[in-house]
Amino acid sequence: MNERFELPARLRTTSIVLMLVGVLVLVIGGATLLTGDHHAQTRFWIVLLQNSVFFLMMAVVSVFIQAAASLAQGGWIVAYKRVPEAIGANVWVFGAIAAVILLFIAFGLNIDGHNPIYHWTHPEGDKILEGKSAFLNKGMFAGFTIVTIALWAFFGYKFRALSLAQEKAPTNSTKIYWTMVKWSAGFLLVYALTQMSTTPWMWLMSIDAHWYSTMFSWYTFGSAFVSGMALILLFVLSLKNHGYMQLVTKEHTHDLGKWMFAFSIFWTYVWFAQYMLIWYGNIPEETTYFKIRQQGPYGLIWYSVFIINFVVPILVLMSRPSKRNYFTVTFMALAIIFGHWLDFYIISMPGPMGADWTLSWYELGVFAGFAGLLMFVVFNTLTKASLVTANHPLLKEAVLHES
Amino acid sequence: MAIKKFAVGCYDDEAVLFPAVEKVRNSGYKLHDVYTPFPVHGLDKALGHKETDLHVAGFIYGITGTATALGFMSWIFTSDWPLNFGGKPHFALPAFIPITFETTVLFAAVGMVLTFCYLNQIMPGVKKHVFHKRQSDDLFVVVLELNEHVSEQEAIDFLKSTGTVETSVQIAESEWWYGRFDKEEEYEKLNATV
Repeated sequence: MNERFELPARLRTTSIVLMLVGVLVLVIGGATLLTGDHHAQTRFWIVLLQNSVFFLMMAVVSVFIQAAASLAQGGWIVAYKRVPEAIGANVWVFGAIAAVILLFIAFGLNIDGHNPIYHWTHPEGDKILEGKSAFLNKGMFAGFTIVTIALWAFFGYKFRALSLAQEKAPTNSTKIYWTMVKWSAGFLLVYALTQMSTTPWMWLMSIDAHWYSTMFSWYTFGSAFVSGMALILLFVLSLKNHGYMQLVTKEHTHDLGKWMFAFSIFWTYVWFAQYMLIWYGNIPEETTYFKIRQQGPYGLIWYSVFIINFVVPILVLMSRPSKRNYFTVTFMALAIIFGHWLDFYIISMPGPMGADWTLSWYELGVFAGFAGLLMFVVFNTLTKASLVTANHPLLKEAVLHES
Repeated sequence: MAIKKFAVGCYDDEAVLFPAVEKVRNSGYKLHDVYTPFPVHGLDKALGHKETDLHVAGFIYGITGTATALGFMSWIFTSDWPLNFGGKPHFALPAFIPITFETTVLFAAVGMVLTFCYLNQIMPGVKKHVFHKRQSDDLFVVVLELNEHVSEQEAIDFLKSTGTVETSVQIAESEWWYGRFDKEEEYEKLNATV
């Protein structure tokens, strides 16, 4: 079977328009914010940081789910495997953007003699930051950032290359299938040591450098994972909507819906566990993190995040018919991605911006730009190979899948 | 509690069982049940079983657990016996959440297990008639319910035509019962008469 995807004009236009919005907002933002006071300049950079890290982490989930499915020998994912492959193969785009922004913020950003986002770049005179400086310093930051992004991008590219090689392999050959299992084990190790433990400390937790939480990386992983699954679902349904991906049935979207449902609860579990321990411990240096977010000026976003990411998914996605309804799952996928974007917003904003937060043209414009870029690169990659992984040993199992 | 007459057909192959079930459903005979040694994929669909509302029951049990835990704790800590725990408010919602979560899970799990047992007529201490001892070993047993309008011989011939390896007619209790020895003996006698 060979199913070639041709990018419909409407999708191309949408993605280009979204990208243009992003570029336009960036130009206007550069002209107005970067010439403004230090608050405006900080806003310019922190929004870029939030978006680039969010989109990068969301994209890497596609690499992770391929590795996890490959190791578990999961068959059902094979029906739409080209979608996570295409997202994974474009990790390098978002990785490059994130690397430039992160490294600039750590090394180049200097407003009135201090770094408004990463305070720890100048630890002099601050006992706590000096104590952390063995780990939290510019060299380590650059090292973690570059190594992490390089590995993620490499594995994303490698998995797609292996899958494309399988197409050309002799029929019923399982050699590449087992090669993929080995590479998957390698990636899980990389992912565990980066996304699930150290890298979010560097990129996000160090914005509030005095505060720390051992659950933080799990919490960002929960966010990334649920929005990553929602992203895969959106691409699959978008392809189905244009008449492609005939092998994907309600059984597959049902299972993707289950992932979104289950990991919305997982995210809430970690989110709440982190909150409750600090609430119960009631140590001032820990509670300041939540004081500004929950009871302070960010209260509205805090509770919106809880409702969008937990209350709505658990109630809407709980029943079987709603997971088998294309409209409901699409709506929920969009809501979840936006909700977790808001979650990243509330992770990154309060540290540098303080009480004066804004959520208007610049924030949403940059989000639109990143979304357009994601659509553009992923759809373009999808056109480059057959949408059906025809020679995959588990394809039959995937087609017969019953959820 | 109803003593009924049954025609029993045993199959030793899944591949024969599925067409046989199909034929039974088309024949007009009343299908009592099918017993298999292991869960057979797709048999529920072949039998035309609809999805049960077990999950709706589970949701209700879960909500009951949530309400019980939250209500009980709130009542205790705000009005019945307010205590000061480390300066926390009396209505300390975050501290209630773990217990609420556990109670929700407990209620949903126990409630669903009991409901499942009830729907399947299984429970510790209750008995059901076993149509063939090998139904838990290596035979697939299809049981048809007979009444006075149905000829036993025709039913048996029909079952044989679908590829059985063994057939029998049995008079037995169709429902579950609480097992007592005197009652068991009655059944033994009853079955022996056929």
